Amino acid sequence: MLRLDKTETWLLAATVILLTAGFLLPSWLTFILTLAFAKALVVQGVVIQMRAGLVSFGQGLFFCIGGYAVGMGGAFLDVHDVFALIGLGVAVAVGVAAIIGLLMTRYRDIFFAMLSLALSMILFGVIVKNPTLGSTDGFNVHAPTLLGWAPQGQEQKLAIFVLTVLIAGGLALALNRYMKSGLGGVNEAIKENEIRVEFLGLSPRWILYANYLFAAGISAVGGALTALATGHVDPEMAFWTTSGEFVFIALLGGTTHVAAPFVAAVLFALVRTYALELAPHSWQMILGFVLLAIIIFLPKGLWSLVAGKRRAAA
Amino acid sequence: MSTAILETRGLNRSFGAVTAARDLNVRIDTGEVVGVIGSNGAGKTTFINMVTGYLPPSSGEILFEGRSIVGQKPRQIIRSGMTRSFQVAQLFPELTVLDNLLIALVAAEGPRPSFFGGLRSRERIRRADEILDEFGVVRYRDTVVRTVPQGARKLVDIAMALIGKPRMLLLDEPTSGVSVEEKFPLMDTVMAAVRQHGVTVLFVEHDMEIVERYVSRVLAFYSGEIISDGQPAAVFADSRVQELVIGHGHGHVTPASQRSAA
Repeated sequence: MLRLDKTETWLLAATVILLTAGFLLPSWLTFILTLAFAKALVVQGVVIQMRAGLVSFGQGLFFCIGGYAVGMGGAFLDVHDVFALIGLGVAVAVGVAAIIGLLMTRYRDIFFAMLSLALSMILFGVIVKNPTLGSTDGFNVHAPTLLGWAPQGQEQKLAIFVLTVLIAGGLALALNRYMKSGLGGVNEAIKENEIRVEFLGLSPRWILYANYLFAAGISAVGGALTALATGHVDPEMAFWTTSGEFVFIALLGGTTHVAAPFVAAVLFALVRTYALELAPHSWQMILGFVLLAIIIFLPKGLWSLVAGKRRAAA
Repeated sequence: MSTAILETRGLNRSFGAVTAARDLNVRIDTGEVVGVIGSNGAGKTTFINMVTGYLPPSSGEILFEGRSIVGQKPRQIIRSGMTRSFQVAQLFPELTVLDNLLIALVAAEGPRPSFFGGLRSRERIRRADEILDEFGVVRYRDTVVRTVPQGARKLVDIAMALIGKPRMLLLDEPTSGVSVEEKFPLMDTVMAAVRQHGVTVLFVEHDMEIVERYVSRVLAFYSGEIISDGQPAAVFADSRVQELVIGHGHGHVTPASQRSAA
């Protein structure tokens, strides 16, 4: 029988609490949470790579592919089932990653970061120049169905929230296993000393390639859920500022715990919502100060507060 | 009849106009403990780097257990049974000593680490504890590597190299950076482990006391060439070795036998 560790028990409990809360919280809040958890999945993709020492400034590429797969699946392929649409997004993203990953995994440090950014900007450029895909405006996503059920209005929003929480919870459990597995340990080792990993008989490039595919898939799920929640896709999903936002959230939460990106994404969404409300023309400045404070006072992210308390209690 | 575990034929390596290795023909038999000596820049580390796939030779052949390994990546050579340690211990500095060993154990299980099963499995931790005990570094088990003394780091580095059960081990200056008091205990620990695992050893060393005490054969390098090859006493007595290697200084510690003769 599969035994759950402490983190997994907490993750399961959080999933159940969130699912229950979804029926009680105001719809504006469930909407913010839906988008935050969807984004957190993309951030998980960034974090997986950061744990092996690579920073992707182009994760928007796969976020956008996931989103556009949902939009195009409905508009051009007459596919409306959410699971089929999400699956389509993941398949396309992993397929693209399988090709460009061969190139990407040859690079490290700033070269990897800039190349990832360049590739996402190429996709941005392609979409912007394509009127069929709505050019800079994007296009609306057809109403999805859930295994034949076609929820409408508020019911649909709640259904997408429930789906997002379930998927995020399931992937968080899988990611926790991944982080604590032998492969997860080797990821940290690659960040520390890639040469030594090679001289232990392992291929760092193969491991980074596997990470890249996994990150692409999970980011596409985030993009697909975002498209389903907002009912719209546009090329901004692949723009560099969107990718920068994912890195921002990754730094905000830290890379040491699977829950950190979720907490950071929710905090980011709330800070941005209130910053927009309080200072509509300078909310970016507020976010900038928040990041500055995090880097100076909590270089390992918000989760280091939790980890520090646990250490103190031990 | 002894069998060759490692053989190089006409091995050359140049860096632009500089020749770092010139026509190296070496045969190491199974079970030998061979010391490589030479002044700085003599080509010792270049030789190890070529043999372990870190540096491709400009020309020549390298045979490990009769099979050519030229063009193979380091990880392929490691998996075929020949491993190495480094002059500066190559570890994962921000991880604990235990985690370093656990990762080496994961690597020893196969070229594709599993997604299933935690890094810290009970069996792996038991094995890591045994290794820590064998190498006398138990007290550093949960210490982050960057804070561990140099001698212990060297031992962990060599322990990690031996985890994959290699048949040949190449050590690049195992006692460099280690205090005078630590060097013999360190080498005693390493040689005991090597003997227990039945591993053939080749090590580069500047300290002639170490070479004299632990090896059965010495290769003396000078300017990318092997100028002497034989038993330690014979090589140390060789006038070219005296003049070009030992007499050259370069941080060498003179063999004890020669100090007493002087």
